Amino acid sequence: MSAHLTAANNMRTLKILSVKNETPTVKTFTFHDVLCAKAKPGQFVMVWIPGVDEVPMTLSAMGLGKDSSITVEKVGVATRALHKMKVGNLIGIRGPFGNSFTPTEGNVMIVGGGTGLTSLAPLAEKIADLDVEITFLLGAKSRGQLLFVDRVKTALSRVNGRVVAVTEDGSYGLKGLVTKPAEQLLAKEKFDMVYTCGPEQMMHRMFLLTERHKTPLQTSLERLMRCAIGLCGTCVLGRFRVCRDGPVFSSQQLREVKEEFGRFKRGFDGKRIPFK
Amino acid sequence: MSNRLAVEIAGLRLPNPTMLAAGVQGLSGASLREAIKNGTGAVVTKSMCLKPRIGYANPAVVQVSCGLLNAIGLPNPGARDFAEEIRELKKSGVSVPVIASVFGFSPQEFAETARILAGAGADAVELNVSCPHVKRTGSEIGQSPSLVAGVVERVKKVVDKPVIVKLSPNVSDIVEVAEAGVKAGADAVCAINTVRAMAIDAETAKPILANKIGGLSGPAVKPIGVRCVYEIYEAVKVPVIGCGGVATWRDAVEYILAGATAVQIGTAVASHGLGVFKSVSRGIESYLKKKGFRSVKEIVGSSHRR
Repeated sequence: MSAHLTAANNMRTLKILSVKNETPTVKTFTFHDVLCAKAKPGQFVMVWIPGVDEVPMTLSAMGLGKDSSITVEKVGVATRALHKMKVGNLIGIRGPFGNSFTPTEGNVMIVGGGTGLTSLAPLAEKIADLDVEITFLLGAKSRGQLLFVDRVKTALSRVNGRVVAVTEDGSYGLKGLVTKPAEQLLAKEKFDMVYTCGPEQMMHRMFLLTERHKTPLQTSLERLMRCAIGLCGTCVLGRFRVCRDGPVFSSQQLREVKEEFGRFKRGFDGKRIPFK
Repeated sequence: MSNRLAVEIAGLRLPNPTMLAAGVQGLSGASLREAIKNGTGAVVTKSMCLKPRIGYANPAVVQVSCGLLNAIGLPNPGARDFAEEIRELKKSGVSVPVIASVFGFSPQEFAETARILAGAGADAVELNVSCPHVKRTGSEIGQSPSLVAGVVERVKKVVDKPVIVKLSPNVSDIVEVAEAGVKAGADAVCAINTVRAMAIDAETAKPILANKIGGLSGPAVKPIGVRCVYEIYEAVKVPVIGCGGVATWRDAVEYILAGATAVQIGTAVASHGLGVFKSVSRGIESYLKKKGFRSVKEIVGSSHRR
């Protein structure tokens, strides 16, 4: 460890600086933190909601001199409590933790589903400075749940980019699953890298597709977490600890854990929970 | 690594005196195998009991200036479920002893859990009578010499593999507890588990750990552990395993000079990465060479010599 990880692991109690409604169930909270400002797209923090819980959250924005943010969907006790918080309320932050997406140049595809966009939007903003062409596929159940469409369009306006929105009910953009247009594009074009984040089944599908088309993939995975520093074993995936060796995994690493990836995660008791 | 580093604990052969401590990573066979690949002399699983437990809510781990505080709450999938992980691990052919850490809420539960995991192939069991933050087990047992003896006796009746008893520093006299455990049949003693402690956030005026109270590990507890090992070594004839704040070869050597045959490493896996096992082993080896010893066994307890 680095001394860096020791510093990052100190909990800082910080004021919420702004709260933005992204969709009816998703809010973005900003805060000021020197360590998070230096984070890279794909890294996450542990967010303490005092007296309630502590949960892992991907940083949805970072950057020197800027405020950092987390973008949170209301799904359980912790996130409901977080959604009730207002500007000036205090949260605890540990991190940033984990690895990050490795930027690539060339023809790049980014495929995000649901709140998976939280790690992919800052990635797109970062690689838009490079020599890239970006095809960004955003998926959601319906129009109201699509996240960061405008943010992604703004980021891609700087490069040769395409934004394709996909909703399961067809209320916006293409109808169906986001993996469908991804499959068609992979069959037609050669991509130098595919990035994906979203529900595990979606990422698993992207893994199978990119394997078939011999295209390298980077996925940002989600597992239950406790310590976030590679100790407690809660987030184990094969020989990897998602908090420390991930959360971003390459095609090569995913091949090593294909008995687990897309098949099951572990509960807090360590038991296997199959993905439906 | 040379056989200068090899040690033996109650018939268990360790290629080097570093062990993965209980509670760290060992929730799956694959994660234990990864620790072994990184050079551990033995691995201890996360503590298992009969029924699955999800443990406490987060925050379960918080860093303090001198170490790490945790109250994870002994989460585990239950001995029967975990037996499968041990079977798979052993089938894949591991080169070092795999030790199952077990606990229960009665001597019978300790014994049944130990029987299941030893039956699945664990090379030894380590009795967790020292977790400082779960009620009706752990250090609530470990604070009473007679309760510890009761658990050890019960487990010895059903397990024919070495039984290690891991002790709590949260007692007035750790020697008394160690002696009771050994008299009841323990084949080795491990000291220490974490020290009861807590942290409060000044801004929100709230205890940080969801369980409020947890166990302190890391650099802060090393001098306590070394003292405990030193005292226990003088009182018992079985091997002692040192645990608490080992991150470098110097820490390990200190424990060995105090009387430890091997050392367990936990918190330093976070602070130094899995490479810590090899770096500690290499450091001990250089130390032995420099001092002219042919085996680590020659220096076990040598700080006691007058």
